[in-house]
Amino acid sequence: MTRQTSVERSFLAKNPSVLWFILILALFTLGVTVLSEAYGVAFLSTSFVKTLGKTLCLCLVALAMDLIWGYAGILSLGHMAFFALGGYMLGMWLMYARTEEIVVAALAQGGLPATPEEIGQGIAVQIFGVVGASELPPIWVFAHSFWAQLALVVAVPGVLALVFGWLAFRSRVTGVYLSILTQAMTLALALYLFQNDSGLRGNNGLSGLQNMPGLAEVSQDRVSVWFFWASALALGLGYVLLAWVVSGKFGSVIRAIRDDEQRVRFLGYSVEGYKLFVFTLTAVIAAIAGALYYPQAGIINPAELAPIASIYLAVWVAIGGRGRLYGAVIGAAFVSLLSSWFTGGRAPSVPLGFYTINWVDWWLVLLGLSFVAVTLFAPKGIGGVFDLWQGVRAPDRKGAALGPDDGALMEKEAKE
Amino acid sequence: MSALLEVSGVSVTFDGFRAINNLSFSIGAQELRAIIGPNGAGKTTFMDIVTGKTRPDTGSVTFGERSVSLLSLSEAQIARAGVGRKFQRPTVFEDQTVAENLTMALKAHRAPWRVLFWKERPEDRTRVEALAQEVGLADHLPRKAGELSHGQKQWLEIGMLLAQEPRLLLVDEPAAGMTLAEREHTTALLVEMAKTRAVVVVEHDMEFVRRLNCKVTVLHEGAVLAEGSLDHVTKNQQVIEVYLGRG
Ligand SMILES: Nc1ncnc2c1ncn2[C@@H]1O[C@H](COP(=O)(O)OP(=O)(O)O)[C@@H](O)[C@H]1O
Ligand SMILES: [Mg+2]
Repeated sequence: MTRQTSVERSFLAKNPSVLWFILILALFTLGVTVLSEAYGVAFLSTSFVKTLGKTLCLCLVALAMDLIWGYAGILSLGHMAFFALGGYMLGMWLMYARTEEIVVAALAQGGLPATPEEIGQGIAVQIFGVVGASELPPIWVFAHSFWAQLALVVAVPGVLALVFGWLAFRSRVTGVYLSILTQAMTLALALYLFQNDSGLRGNNGLSGLQNMPGLAEVSQDRVSVWFFWASALALGLGYVLLAWVVSGKFGSVIRAIRDDEQRVRFLGYSVEGYKLFVFTLTAVIAAIAGALYYPQAGIINPAELAPIASIYLAVWVAIGGRGRLYGAVIGAAFVSLLSSWFTGGRAPSVPLGFYTINWVDWWLVLLGLSFVAVTLFAPKGIGGVFDLWQGVRAPDRKGAALGPDDGALMEKEAKE
Repeated sequence: MSALLEVSGVSVTFDGFRAINNLSFSIGAQELRAIIGPNGAGKTTFMDIVTGKTRPDTGSVTFGERSVSLLSLSEAQIARAGVGRKFQRPTVFEDQTVAENLTMALKAHRAPWRVLFWKERPEDRTRVEALAQEVGLADHLPRKAGELSHGQKQWLEIGMLLAQEPRLLLVDEPAAGMTLAEREHTTALLVEMAKTRAVVVVEHDMEFVRRLNCKVTVLHEGAVLAEGSLDHVTKNQQVIEVYLGRG
């Protein structure tokens, strides 16, 4: 029998964090359910259940960010654009189908059965009256179909990522230039969506997304828990999928690309192909997270695609610890919950006598300082705590240049 | 014997500086060749051209029986066509284990989709272990490459090259930073590898080249100055002037 080494053992044995993660997520889900208004002792308010559900979605998009940045080394600052696009795609169906119900009910009051034209007209005016239009834009052609819009949740961000990534990676745009390009992408998309004739209601965005079509009688107490469950399931599946992706030879190759892409080319791997694959896969995961997030938020508008949103995403992953999946989850959960506590006005102000620190204004400063501190003093982020605990010390990624003599010395040492 | 690699009339200019000047070079399918030349002669640039890292301004580079032009291929395609390269400084993936480094280099499908669903078969395992054995790293498979000594990293990189099973191997200054015993081991390995493939070795050290006991090409200012046995080229007056004469 040969020596047991890391390549040989099974997926779960090699990734103990997966079992731990699923266990903790399951317990958390159970706990929230038991404490919810609809299914338990009503300790947690419905709005807090929604906050927790949204947080799980943010953890999922942080996982995607960790794959592309932490593992593949591509600092994309545009992934929240894919997240928002996913939300818009599902939001279109939610808004259309809900409005259809309302319009049909209203027309039924008139006595005569309404014609499909009348219904269509009514929906268009209801949704687009706010931007002064009375016809549905062509991009709403599939909005009546849940399954079609669900497919678009994946297809629209996926194709955008594929085209953008193909153009960028083919020209070998890397490093800070790629980051700037992704910022430009999300900014351009946001500016486009802000226009009233973009077909997505301009700066009004889509609203009322918390109302589920066909479930008008079901209270939000219940719906919020259902979405919480769906978010937990998506996060769990996403974690297992990404843990599998990074654990095998594919993970090896993308980490190698992060550390020395030229060397990977000389091994025969098409670096651009791998980057494109990871970019598109993570865009799709981000889109799915967004499709689950916005029905819990109730509203989506183009401000969600602001460049700063994607920068926050990178900050979460950096604080949590990039290059390890649970680090991204910890960072996203910790920072986003803290952020909503500080900006929600619930954090007590700090009176200094001459000045009062009001956290709604100062939270961003605190976050920025934490980011700088983590980057400088704890590059492994919060996740690094687990290394201390396990006593793991990783070597530097790039070895220092050793002269021939140094090398010979180390060789001797190694033999001793 | 027909040539495996055929480089003809190649020139490269960097910002007006001619690093390679109408260079022609060819090597057979099972041949060992040493390239020597003073610093800045263009040895590394020559390897950059063959591996697709640098595009020449003029000339042609063809490879294999069907004389495929390498100039229209990407670095990765050239590597897949069977050209392996060892860099001057050891470049291994320090954050990954020796086993992972070797596994990545193992000859196999390289497309993302295939790699994603790749599963290690027992023969892959055996091959990785055999390679590690061959380069003296059998006891280090689960260690991170970053923890290895300089010489061991050199060996790991050679192991990765063997794993790729290239038909043409370009080796840039392999003996740098090696102890005497390691150099001898390296020489033997290069001679052995050249029995089944073409091997081009760039080296400064004359003793090392002598032990390789093969045909030598002398580069100077981006062009071939002389070619033949080591004794033959070291007698060449021009070679003595530009290179050996300077000690
Ligand atoms: N990318 C580059 N840009 C500018 N000059 C270069 C570049 N690469 C190599 N050179 C120059 O080309 C010449 C040949 O370099 P090189 O091939 O590294 O020589 P050698 O390996 O024989 O010492 C040197 O003068 C070097 O400065
Ligand atoms: Mg050189």
